[in-house]
Amino acid sequence: MEPGTVHDLTAAYALDALAADEAEVYEAHLAQCERCREELASLTDTAGALAWAVDAPPPPARLREAILGAAAAERENVVPLRPRALPFRLVSAAAAVAACVAVGVGVWAATLSHSLSRERAARASDATAVEILADDASRRASLSGGSGVVAVDPTGQAVLVVRRLPAAPSGKTYEAWVIPHGGSPVPAGTFAGGGGTSVVRLRATVPQGAVVAATVERAGGVQAPTTTPIFSATT
Amino acid sequence: MSRPLAHFSDEALVLLAARSEQSALAELYDRYGRTAYGLALRVLRDEALAEDAVQEAFLSVWRTASRFVPERGKASTWILTLVHRRAVDAVRREERRRADSLELAPEQGGGAVDEDAWLRLQRERVQEALRQLPDAQREALELAYYGGFSQSELAERLGQPLGTIKSRMFAGLTRMRELLGEPGMEMSWSPGPSTT
Repeated sequence: MEPGTVHDLTAAYALDALAADEAEVYEAHLAQCERCREELASLTDTAGALAWAVDAPPPPARLREAILGAAAAERENVVPLRPRALPFRLVSAAAAVAACVAVGVGVWAATLSHSLSRERAARASDATAVEILADDASRRASLSGGSGVVAVDPTGQAVLVVRRLPAAPSGKTYEAWVIPHGGSPVPAGTFAGGGGTSVVRLRATVPQGAVVAATVERAGGVQAPTTTPIFSATT
Repeated sequence: MSRPLAHFSDEALVLLAARSEQSALAELYDRYGRTAYGLALRVLRDEALAEDAVQEAFLSVWRTASRFVPERGKASTWILTLVHRRAVDAVRREERRRADSLELAPEQGGGAVDEDAWLRLQRERVQEALRQLPDAQREALELAYYGGFSQSELAERLGQPLGTIKSRMFAGLTRMRELLGEPGMEMSWSPGPSTT
């Protein structure tokens, strides 16, 4: 970074420490300087981290209400006929992002070393998972024995979300099961655990009243559970 | 409180907000409202002004969500940058430059019992990184970011050439970046255990 050039305004800009006229000059420069754009993105992340260092009392509850109220009032003027439910295509758009960024944390890690086609399959699977989670018509059941939820859409398509599940031991895998009321367990897919949140699109449909459970099995999975479930949910 | 979107990434929520999904804005507020308010309060030192700044920033998220480009940066950074800008604009407009800014804030009020452990962890992590900076760099970062001073004002206040102030801010930020590591998942939202 050469001193005395407009490049070295990047840190000050990231900290909002430029006067208005200086900021304008820098922004004009930014439009032409790839290097500064990259540097700025990175330094802005770091500057933003300073926000987390502040120790302050929580905001009053009225602030949340005020913001949401004002937002609702504003948008009504713009889009008066907006449908209430999430349109499907919108969820798909969000799903693409969500699948890349957050939802995939658990499942994703397992696919990184696989081929591109495997990765694509996982991405599509995650996208569907997000749709099921976002569907207002999906029914949800909390896990007992673990932290998480099972969501089942009206057609029986289901997704299992487990938080803070340790990675399966070497040579082992987690396997999900759908157990229809009065029936035998149906294998519903294997997953590796680890990471922050595991999102598993179940490979079997979940009828009303069925139990979704997971066991630890040998790598590759089995056709019938051989161990006691580590968690389950009655849907 | 039911949080049906608790499993969504920040970026997905911004996309949903762009399509007028109010619950997405609510979820973003539930994730970042507290930090946003703390930041605005630190800069503005006035609860009413801080509330205004946070409200304007979140409405700005609501209005401009469709222009957010995930490839260019994290949604959390975007939101906190909007909050910070509003706060800095307001403090400069107010002209009531805090005479006490140079002593920089005995940490106040926090550590509330209801505070999320995750927030506390983030705070300690960034505070620790700040502590490791040379004093002059930390002072420049804190006065600029929390005090809302421009670089020229800082140069005058600290009796240093402008070039020195620029160097300190740049060196301080790049050192912070190293100390915090690439701020990947650990600075992003991680759903708590009671969100369903």
